[in-house]
Amino acid sequence: MPAPSEFAIHVNDLVVSFGRKTIIDNLSLDVRRGEILGLVGASGGGKSVLMRTIIGLIRKSSGHIDVGGLDIDDIRTRDPHAAAGQWGILFQQGALFSSLTVRQNVQFPMRENVRMSQEMMDEIAIAKLEMVGLSPDDGDKFPSELSGGMTKRVALARALALDPAILFLDEPTSGLDPISAGEFDALIMTLQKTLGLTVFMVTHDLDSLNTVCDRVAALAGGKIVAIGPMKSLLASDHPWVKAYFHGKRSRTVLAQSS
Amino acid sequence: MVAAVPSLDTIAAGDALTLRPAGDWTVTHAHDLEALAEPVRPQLKAAKSVVVDFNALRSLDTAGAWSLEKMSRLSAAGEIAAISDIPERYRELMAELRQVNRQKPSASGASGAISARLESIGRAVFSAKDDAAAFLQVLGELGVALFDIIRHPRSLRLTSTVYQLYKVGWQAIPIMALITFLIGAIIAQQGIFHFRKFGAESYVVDMVGILVLREIGVLIVAIMVAGRSGSAYTAEIGSMKMREEIDALSTMGLDPVEVLILPRVMALVIALPILAFIGAMAALYGGGLVAWLYGGMSPAIFIARLHEAVSVTHFEVGMIKAPFMALVIGIIATSEGMRVRGSAESLGRQTTTSVVKSIFLVIVLDGLFAVFFASIGM
Repeated sequence: MPAPSEFAIHVNDLVVSFGRKTIIDNLSLDVRRGEILGLVGASGGGKSVLMRTIIGLIRKSSGHIDVGGLDIDDIRTRDPHAAAGQWGILFQQGALFSSLTVRQNVQFPMRENVRMSQEMMDEIAIAKLEMVGLSPDDGDKFPSELSGGMTKRVALARALALDPAILFLDEPTSGLDPISAGEFDALIMTLQKTLGLTVFMVTHDLDSLNTVCDRVAALAGGKIVAIGPMKSLLASDHPWVKAYFHGKRSRTVLAQSS
Repeated sequence: MVAAVPSLDTIAAGDALTLRPAGDWTVTHAHDLEALAEPVRPQLKAAKSVVVDFNALRSLDTAGAWSLEKMSRLSAAGEIAAISDIPERYRELMAELRQVNRQKPSASGASGAISARLESIGRAVFSAKDDAAAFLQVLGELGVALFDIIRHPRSLRLTSTVYQLYKVGWQAIPIMALITFLIGAIIAQQGIFHFRKFGAESYVVDMVGILVLREIGVLIVAIMVAGRSGSAYTAEIGSMKMREEIDALSTMGLDPVEVLILPRVMALVIALPILAFIGAMAALYGGGLVAWLYGGMSPAIFIARLHEAVSVTHFEVGMIKAPFMALVIGIIATSEGMRVRGSAESLGRQTTTSVVKSIFLVIVLDGLFAVFFASIGM
């Protein structure tokens, strides 16, 4: 392994295109170790594509991606199990395995990647469930019996099962009521501090961006057009960023929170 | 950075036991962590309090922190009494894990093999009752929907019905014809082969004719339809149920039975007799071809003997059964679809149940019809 660099994720000159359509166009982005980075962008503008490319679900056309000091191409071809311990991913809809109970869902990455006794696996799974604010009794439920907020929490517990260094969140608060969304934001901050995570978060939730994120990156036209703390983005004069943060809806949210 | 195998030193000082973990206490080494905890158990149980010294530790995650926490819970104090030299970054994690696993999840379900067996038998009995009730309910709902359609013919979903008819009828013709053709050919070949011993080859025509028109034609086609279209109905309606599309329909004031189930069942009831007819013809054709090529019976003789051997009654018996079998398949398939619950597994289970149950019921129904026709002398 190379010397641990300052960056958890390092993306350089990335191009992703489907057929003739270029979604990500020469994009470069660095995520620092231990920070929470929020990614904003227009719907259908390639936010999810960028995230899925970084974790290797979508093939890049060209460019270079480094996650946790490892080249993504190497991880994918040589050692997919190493990747599992490297990152945890919270999908937008949770993507819980519907035929497994909550506890089995959380245990699944451990069972597949690590050798440990069933007893310890049970204890750690329950520990994770409690850390995300669920009760041990929720462990025996099936995903179809969970509410939206609980599904996200279980998915977060599963993403954290192997104590990854990097956590990817795809719209973690979408579909949650403001109270649950606020709680979820607080949970992410607590876990980030407790476990020393680097968090890469795709979101539209201005409250999350404001309260949780150390830095915010704006994706427009396939490039990162602005990156920095929330304040610097508010001051940015890129037309799309301006429209995003100074639209009527955003103004109300930001006015209230500042 | 090479991974360092975790190790554990213990220093006993009076009633207090100091744990000095070293190396990487991470989930990758979970197995080693468990092995390390085992020999220390007696010492921990004897100790009044536990002190954890983080001085030599290189890295720690939830699994490692939980191992330490679990060990310290064995002591008389039941928790870590003191922590020394903890790096700032692990302080929160240790604090967090003090809270977890404090309450045991409530035990659920009865224990013991016999009671589990009894429970599953009991559940099976009740689910059989539920099955019968669900079948009758859908049958009733279909009847109500049909009555509505007769009163207001315009409310019939004609497009949907025709589309379903195209899918379960027209598109099924090639495979149905091929299979029944082969079955007819096989029956004829076997018949000729064995009847030859008695010099009774010409009776093969009687056998093929009666068997195909009365029983095999419709039965094979019904089983094929159950497997081909019944499973599709269950999967379609089941996934609509999963995605709340059926609930959406109801909230718009539409009756799912009228919109989804009736067109499908009607299409089956229309398609199955037609398919059974085509199947019977294909089987006779296959039988005739084999009789000609393998048995040396010319087509003209085959047709003449067929004319003598079978009467319209045989054909009627076969055709009368077809719509009833279609109704059973349609009701089972759609009602199983409506019983799908949230998970992908449930969809798979209901689809399997649908096919198995409809094939079983089709054969039972065929038996009942045989008894019925025998007693009325048809």
